[in-house]
Amino acid sequence: MSSTPQLLFKNRIPGKTAFLKEYCKTGGYSALVKALKTMSPAEIVQLVKSSGLRGRGGAGFSTGLKWSFFPSDKPAPKYLVCNCDEMEPGTYKDGELLAADPHQLVEGMVLSAYALNVDEGYIFIRYAYEGQFKNLQKAVAEAKKAGYLGKNILGSGFDFELHLHGSAGRYILGEETALLNGLEGKRPNPRIKPPFPAERGLFGRPTTVNNVETLANIPHIINGGSEWFKGLARNPEGAGTKLFGLSGHLNVTECFELPVGIPLSEIVEVYGGGVWKSRKFKACLPGGASTPYLTAEHMDIPLDFDTLAAVGSRFGTAGVTVFDDKTCMVAVTLNLLQFFARESCGWCTPCRDGLPLVCWLLEKIEKGQGTMGDLEMLKEQYRHIGGRSFCALAEGAMGPLDGLMRLFEQEVIDHIEKGHCPF
Amino acid sequence: MKKLLLKKEIDAFRKKAQKLEHPREMVIDLLRAIQDHFGWVPDAGVELAADILGVPPIEVEEVATFYDKIYRQKVGRYPIHICDSICCWIRGGEEIAAHLQQQLGIKLGQTTSDGLFTLLPTCCLGGCGRAPSIMVGKRFYGHLTCDGLDQIIAQLREEAVG
Repeated sequence: MSSTPQLLFKNRIPGKTAFLKEYCKTGGYSALVKALKTMSPAEIVQLVKSSGLRGRGGAGFSTGLKWSFFPSDKPAPKYLVCNCDEMEPGTYKDGELLAADPHQLVEGMVLSAYALNVDEGYIFIRYAYEGQFKNLQKAVAEAKKAGYLGKNILGSGFDFELHLHGSAGRYILGEETALLNGLEGKRPNPRIKPPFPAERGLFGRPTTVNNVETLANIPHIINGGSEWFKGLARNPEGAGTKLFGLSGHLNVTECFELPVGIPLSEIVEVYGGGVWKSRKFKACLPGGASTPYLTAEHMDIPLDFDTLAAVGSRFGTAGVTVFDDKTCMVAVTLNLLQFFARESCGWCTPCRDGLPLVCWLLEKIEKGQGTMGDLEMLKEQYRHIGGRSFCALAEGAMGPLDGLMRLFEQEVIDHIEKGHCPF
Repeated sequence: MKKLLLKKEIDAFRKKAQKLEHPREMVIDLLRAIQDHFGWVPDAGVELAADILGVPPIEVEEVATFYDKIYRQKVGRYPIHICDSICCWIRGGEEIAAHLQQQLGIKLGQTTSDGLFTLLPTCCLGGCGRAPSIMVGKRFYGHLTCDGLDQIIAQLREEAVG
């Protein structure tokens, strides 16, 4: 169905996993051979920078720019950490990628480690991805045996060891400094920044943390070049393809590799097969539970980081969760906030105490027991929590609350005035 | 009595702990290994992990109690994690949770009297495209219906007997 060039999903066959043989058949590890033979680490950093690749874990920071801050000249050990925690509701793309083609991540990590002059790496994998963990175990063993990983890779003199870490739940581990504490075996509360991980990360050493999809893009950028990669996007300022994980009230809820900059209307109508039960589109989360809602008026906006920021939302992880016109947005927001409240690590007051208070208010309103004073208090909490928490978790929790009050305030007022949920 | 971990596994962990510069990084591996073997992590499991890692038990405990997939209380042979996050919730997750509670005769957080099933609400399992979903132990089940659930429960009961 898709006419988009398939990079990340090139080898994807439903129900199957491509291992070394299949991966190499379609050009796997050719980027590594090319880079180790013909490119300097600085050239790779420059190439990734000019490709326009932005972090696929949700924040959308330029990967090349992030790498250019990394102190590659400091002595070993230095670490490259892959974040495969992927626990934000609506987000399942990295899981799909690793179920289909785990070697892409391994090759991407070896290349990135070479570019950053890093000698050791970790892949942090969430508990629920047991199958993906096993795929990576096999891929790492195969890569080692084939000489793509370990000592003196392909005779280049470059060494890189890669370890796997299976986690045991909790969304906060996706926050990069909490993840580092988790890897060290400490209680995974987030750390204060600065110092940033590039200065003092895992075990106090320079560390870069990148998302699975970000790292998996590196071999393709090396093979195809930065101009080609940029040109894959539908919008002029965009770059690359993106894995869109569809969910919610759509007829088709699958994961697709599509160009950055594709409009929401195409996601919903063409790939999602339209809204289920012949209902109408009401709203969606464009990129995970923390991204403010989009509505029908946003159908034509190219889905990308800056374009969505301009309308008060975020591209996030491109996990698109659609809600039909029978959905109560107060109830949706309550469900989302309950997630964030429960997953808070409890370290700072705005998050530990503020989020349960927001849930209490939303629950009261949803039950038809809210007052206009409660709405005011919700707005006040939004102002108090946003920007005042220790890490980004509570900030993310404010996304759906912001969306509710900005786009669906009348729906909240209807609950209060009618004394019951109108849905 | 059932052991926390096989002796050869304990020896392997001890050997690895001696080699590692930061043995503590193994704490989740250790707790998960104990849980895989024993079914959950009792106080003695925390103490064993602390001993292998050379840290006070409290430093293992503060990690163990942080993670929701480390069971610090006894659970049934099949802990059922029911996703209650947004994608499952808007596609019938609540009915799945209600149906399971009704069929098993227990509430969320409880264990059946035969020791087979524990129901635990959980956040997103990463199966958003296959909602509603649950995990039984480490096995994922998606696109669930009430009928489908009944079959899964029946299969697990059979598996437990066999």
